Amino acid sequence: MAKMGKGWGPLHPQVAEKAEQLAKTSLPRERQLELYHFMKLNRMVEDRLGNLYRQGKVVGGLYSSRGQEATSVGSAYALEAQDMVGPLIRNLGTMLVRGVKPREVMMQYMAKSDSPTGGKDGNTHFGDLKRGLVAPISMLGAVIPVMTGIALAGRMQGKNLVALTYIGDGGTSTGDFHEGLNLAAVLNAPFVLIAENNGWAYSTPTSKQMRIKNIAVRASSYGIPGETVDGNDVLAVYEVTKRAIERARSGGGPTLIESKTFRMKGHAEHDDAGYVPKQQFEEWKLKDPIERFERHLLGNGLAGEEDLKAIAAKIDAQLNEEVDFALASPMPPPERAFEGVYAPEVTA
Amino acid sequence: MATVTYLEAIRQALWDEMEKDEQVFMLGQDIGTYGGAFRVTAGFLDRFGPGRIIDTPISESAMVGCAIGAAMMGMRPVVEMQFIDFISCAFNQIINFAAPNHYRWGQPVPLVVRGPSGGNVHGSAYHSQNPESYFHHTPGLKILAPGTVADAYGLLRAAIRDPNPVLYFEHKYLYRRLKDELPEGDGLVEIGKARLAREGRDLSVITYGAMLQVALEAAGRLEADGISLEVLDLRTLKPLDQEAILATVRKTSRVIVLTEEQITGSVAGEVAARISQDAFQWLDGPVHRLCCPDNPVPFSPTLEEAYLPNVDKLVAKVRELAAY
Repeated sequence: MAKMGKGWGPLHPQVAEKAEQLAKTSLPRERQLELYHFMKLNRMVEDRLGNLYRQGKVVGGLYSSRGQEATSVGSAYALEAQDMVGPLIRNLGTMLVRGVKPREVMMQYMAKSDSPTGGKDGNTHFGDLKRGLVAPISMLGAVIPVMTGIALAGRMQGKNLVALTYIGDGGTSTGDFHEGLNLAAVLNAPFVLIAENNGWAYSTPTSKQMRIKNIAVRASSYGIPGETVDGNDVLAVYEVTKRAIERARSGGGPTLIESKTFRMKGHAEHDDAGYVPKQQFEEWKLKDPIERFERHLLGNGLAGEEDLKAIAAKIDAQLNEEVDFALASPMPPPERAFEGVYAPEVTA
Repeated sequence: MATVTYLEAIRQALWDEMEKDEQVFMLGQDIGTYGGAFRVTAGFLDRFGPGRIIDTPISESAMVGCAIGAAMMGMRPVVEMQFIDFISCAFNQIINFAAPNHYRWGQPVPLVVRGPSGGNVHGSAYHSQNPESYFHHTPGLKILAPGTVADAYGLLRAAIRDPNPVLYFEHKYLYRRLKDELPEGDGLVEIGKARLAREGRDLSVITYGAMLQVALEAAGRLEADGISLEVLDLRTLKPLDQEAILATVRKTSRVIVLTEEQITGSVAGEVAARISQDAFQWLDGPVHRLCCPDNPVPFSPTLEEAYLPNVDKLVAKVRELAAY
């Protein structure tokens, strides 16, 4: 274990036993604190977006990944620089790990001129191949064969990259889930699919999507490894994703990872999730991925309260600037509506 | 140059682009060892290997999705639909992923989806379709429908080099019936440009694909009666060559739009609407669409003949409109 700062040292064994028992990891303290930073950033950006929504600044819907931060952050943190990822609407954390600035997402949600899409699209629907980010479409499952194609192209081009994307429990009911994962398997593509089983597809419980308990069992029908992971344990998500990525990179083909987690809000901000039994929220509140990670860090002597407060304070100050910048951006000029339908010819 | 069939021109265009650019590769069903249902890719597996000639599962949506991903990475994928009718199984990937991608977030998708379209070969409802109008509505796509050997070759080479998603609808009736010389050089045909297939004075037929041959045959027959037909071959259906369409209308003032689509919501309807809106003062008669009726494509030869436009039907319509 790495050296502790600020006078903290190894805890008395009886105290350490009471710490949150997360998955074993080889990540040193500094990198674990980085994971904490990204999860906290993920939640705090969404809190700010919630404020902007209530102020009427957000155009359209606002989608929250509250309770699922460990899945996005832990999986994205396992990617290498050359890898490609296709985040979905509840994977803001993935985008932040890949270097997306909060202001970019804020401007997307507010339909601003300086947003990455210039106001042409909203929310997390933007990509940037330089940062290894592919924009999804709203039709779930469609990005699975697309990321398979990215994995295939990467192999053809000798880039040694792995492509990773996500699907919800509801999204596994689509044809593209089957077609895409099967094609990835047949091509032995360097591809990782993370199925986020968060219990609800909008208002539909998982029991109405499938008769199986564990989505990971579907992997066997494609002849690929499937693993179920505690999606609220950021270290477990990181470790299982890391293994899958290494297997893919070394020619072992795709993996289906099922991340068991819970959506702590409605489908979108307008939805009060009244259809979710209160008891489920109460149970999962105790398993909040950020609070669990805090207990792990504190209980295992990896950080003190002051360290965590300092991280949050730094993010808070940063977000003040990000919000100001995003608010200051103008709305896009109307004539932009007509630009860019076709990609321009590239003269060789 | 060598005389080749329309199908051989398609094969040669694919071959030449694969030889020229190693980013070009193909995805399709039975295109490898078997060489494709119509043998378009015969010999490709031996020359280019299984890394570039990829046999896929029966998963049209995943084929196109996979090609979209590869295209974003700078590859130049060409997807073969065994019959173009099956493109409907990839509808979402084409219209929601590929088509708006550049507009939404600036990422080009240089992708070609090609396959045999059209009827008159007694293929029945699922091996005879003309699906162009489903896609004609969608911004961001380009749609090509060659009616000659030179265009089959040159448009396909242009399609593979285009930075946008291109749908290339080859007509299976022409595959082995149409023969001509392969063009010299790279034979590139500019996308978005119609071709005046026949000059005339009295009436314009605007058409594409296999119906081009119908129009040309009708023109020959009508010449004896002193009716001079002009024939405009659209070649590119999206984006339409507005100028060429208006130019022929201004010249003859009488127009028939001849296509093999079911008539309602057809490309022919769009051409007719543009003429009505932008060349109304030049017209001496109603713009007529000669298309298929709003029926599924029937199977039996007597039924299919009744269903499809042909030379007799066109000649009768020309006489009617010429006398208007």
